[in-house]
Amino acid sequence: MRGIQGIGLVLFVVGMLVFTALPFLSSYRLTEGMVQDQVKEIHREKLAELLQPMYGQSYSSTHAFLSAYSSNFNPYNEELKAKQAWDQVIWDDYGFALAKAAGEGPARSHPWACLALSIGLVVLGGVLFQIAGYGSAHTSLAHTGVFHSSLKNRGVLGMLTGTYLIGFYVILYWFPAYLSPLVWMVEPIAQFLSGGPASQWFLYGLVYTLAIAVMGIRMVLKYRDNKYQQLRTASVVFFQTAFAFLIPEVLVLLNKPYFDFKNIWPLDYDFFYDYQIDTFISSGGLGLFMLIWGILLIVLGVPVFTYFYGKRWYCSWVCGCGGLAETVGDGFRHLSDKSLKAWQWERWMIHGVLALAVIMTGLTIVNYFSSFSLLGQVTNQLHSFYGFAIGSAFAGVVGTGFYPFMGNRVWCRFGCPLAAYLGLVQRFKSRFRITTNGGQCISCGNCSTHCEMGIDVRAYAQQGQNIVRSSCVGCGVCASVCPRGVLKLENGPEEGRIHDFPILIGNDSIKLRS
Amino acid sequence: MGSRHFVIIGNGISGITFARHLRKGDEKARITVISGESPYFFSRTALMYVYMGQMKWEHTQPYEPFFWKKNRIDLKQAWVKSITFEAKALVFESGETLNYDVLVLATGSKPAFFGWPGQDLKGVQGLYSKQDLETMEAITSEPMERAVIVGGGLIGIEMAEMLTYKKIPVTFLVRENRFWELVLPDAEASLVHKHIREHAIDLRLGTELKEIISDAQGSVRAVITSTGEEIPCGFVGIATGVLPNVDFLRNTSLAIGKGVKVNAKFESSVPDVYAIGDCAEFEQPPGPGRRNLEQVWYTGRMHGETLAYNFCNTPVAYQPGIWFNSAKFFAIEYQTYGWVSPEPVSGVQDFFWEHRDGKVSFRMSLDQEGKVLGVLNLGFRLRHEFFDRAIREKWSGEKVMQELGKGVFDPEFYAPYHQEIQAAYQRHFGGKIVSSKKSFFHKLFGASQ
Repeated sequence: MRGIQGIGLVLFVVGMLVFTALPFLSSYRLTEGMVQDQVKEIHREKLAELLQPMYGQSYSSTHAFLSAYSSNFNPYNEELKAKQAWDQVIWDDYGFALAKAAGEGPARSHPWACLALSIGLVVLGGVLFQIAGYGSAHTSLAHTGVFHSSLKNRGVLGMLTGTYLIGFYVILYWFPAYLSPLVWMVEPIAQFLSGGPASQWFLYGLVYTLAIAVMGIRMVLKYRDNKYQQLRTASVVFFQTAFAFLIPEVLVLLNKPYFDFKNIWPLDYDFFYDYQIDTFISSGGLGLFMLIWGILLIVLGVPVFTYFYGKRWYCSWVCGCGGLAETVGDGFRHLSDKSLKAWQWERWMIHGVLALAVIMTGLTIVNYFSSFSLLGQVTNQLHSFYGFAIGSAFAGVVGTGFYPFMGNRVWCRFGCPLAAYLGLVQRFKSRFRITTNGGQCISCGNCSTHCEMGIDVRAYAQQGQNIVRSSCVGCGVCASVCPRGVLKLENGPEEGRIHDFPILIGNDSIKLRS
Repeated sequence: MGSRHFVIIGNGISGITFARHLRKGDEKARITVISGESPYFFSRTALMYVYMGQMKWEHTQPYEPFFWKKNRIDLKQAWVKSITFEAKALVFESGETLNYDVLVLATGSKPAFFGWPGQDLKGVQGLYSKQDLETMEAITSEPMERAVIVGGGLIGIEMAEMLTYKKIPVTFLVRENRFWELVLPDAEASLVHKHIREHAIDLRLGTELKEIISDAQGSVRAVITSTGEEIPCGFVGIATGVLPNVDFLRNTSLAIGKGVKVNAKFESSVPDVYAIGDCAEFEQPPGPGRRNLEQVWYTGRMHGETLAYNFCNTPVAYQPGIWFNSAKFFAIEYQTYGWVSPEPVSGVQDFFWEHRDGKVSFRMSLDQEGKVLGVLNLGFRLRHEFFDRAIREKWSGEKVMQELGKGVFDPEFYAPYHQEIQAAYQRHFGGKIVSSKKSFFHKLFGASQ
């Protein structure tokens, strides 16, 4: 088994190296035809003229290509900005589209081979590594060793992994042109699924889905005695693959709006943006259904499901962010901060983001119905601020990039406005709670240590108090690591759910609150 | 009441529970907790998880450092050398002294050593304190051929599990013919034996330690067992029980037996001196079937709760409720509620069920009238509240079976073992047990038995 694990690791590392190297192995040659193809009609003529000096030139790296593009294009825009001719400024970034069109290299000429040697090897290696590792280990050791691991305890490997992830997200959000060679290798898959070209988002969606699937296998093996963990892992893998990845692409193939049926406002923060609403309304019956479905999830789905099952029905069974956190992020869960201070920060931050999302959306809707007479383009500024600060920087760069530093639920705990909304329902109107088993707690602290949301579970358990916390995503790991069978996730009557005066069973001398 | 100075020696579960509850009931009291072992209260039960990289030291501490200041509980890290009861003063090893108005001894236990030749060698130790953990980590960080564990109880099996994590081969010497003979009946012990051996542990039942042999540097080289066999090893874990940690109190005016002698209100023979937790020895057992020494986590906590209550209210006698306990043997969890005898007892009828995979079992002891006395379960979880009530209210075995679905505490979607247990009970005793139906989701997704 160790041999297979070693082979898996080698394949994984080779695949990662190929994946990382591919963007450096492409060259660029731009033609006027490409500019005509990739650029919107209103900018076409100007750009074709501006980029004249680049035609026929060969650029040996993405960086060289983008520098040339900037030096030809930027002065024009800068001049317009200096003249405050805002309506003539070209706000669109054509860097990615042009780089993708002009790129040449192995990923474009041999997409399948490159895909197999990069993502393919990562997946194969990852699966072998996990099967050989967890398949043979005793389940009693499932949680051991995390603090002796360089990767999982902020050692050198952890730092490298975090840095790599942060770098990847920064490039993905703000310098996607550098990923264009990688996008070429998934082009055939995109063509097959949606009938259209691949974007950086398609690449990201594919990688994301595969990551959840491979690490989902790890979860099923690690928790092979735990049906709850296996089922919820299967659930997140299913929702990611079908709802987040495949269905939206197929919708595009059928000429319908791209739509993720399980994404809910305010996590899906652009749901009420004017262009989204326009898309829904102009797409016939299905478009209208999407709009109504989305609204129903917000006003009925969240409160009703959360009432019966707690916010876990979404956060650790359905959500894509949660899906990644629970699979790829599982090995980092113990890095969350359990201090009271962190809890104080958490409450201000997550409810702050919720307030921001609500205000932004409210203004957007008011503006929409007043036909932009009220606030003009102000909401656009708000949208771009939110998209940058929350949608990209917080949810993406920090949310995932910080797994090896602050645990796997940084975004869900401190930033996700939907988690805040679900949490409010869970705290005040729900049947869900974590029950403690009488007086059996020995205060060992495994539950608190391994709580990804940084809840000090032990503080409740050791006084026989039910755990009712807005942040709990119901992952069930506290119940799993508990060596004394003290914790159980339950849905039950609201009466007696919150213990203000818990009493530990077992001492008949006195009845006192712990 | 004034503001008396309460000094507590020992910051384990008993001492700290006492200090916390005293503060809740008495705003004014001055409270000082003394420990040489560690600056802050930590959970002794978690030592093994620190060793196995499942937790860090800070995670063993149930309260953040600010807690003590906020609750005005003064912590002092020092070893007490002696106590002058007449002057109500403690003398520390540093020579410093401290006066008290009320002294609470909560000094816990120490591993029991039975005078084996070579027991003081380097590499021979128990596992009780923070320092024990540190020496065990240091010694076993070197690769070694084998380690030997002596003593078939909870600490022994914990040490075996710890060494297994480090991939050190383990020989496990158990004097009795079964593991944890004081508690586990034959069938359960066999189940645990199998599980221990699945972890590649060389379990030797009915085998004692005779002698520990030194190498040239004064470290352990091998042990000799009661069968005369020499087993080469680099570490010997002594887990043959614990004794009250009271040696520094002997030869004073304080009455000491195995521990500090106390009555049901934890009063010692010296006025204003109390003892709680592992170090206290009751003059009379605190309840039927209870021992004079109560050395588990839960009783330490209850002692602390009760004594603190007594300082803030009309004092009551300590009266523990229905017995309960829990442990974990590698992956197999153990729980018990009420009274289950490890040996057959006349007039007591046992119902026992074991799952065919040999990892789950359930035992229920019934008295002559068929009323439940206690249960012992391995490999699945039962609800404390349910069994506390069933035993207190003397439910019939049949009623317990009828309601068993409500008594299960396993996570959702787990195999409904209670249905198989109910069926087995019905086969054995007759009667009509109606088992609760599986939910639709459970039928669809849940584990089967």
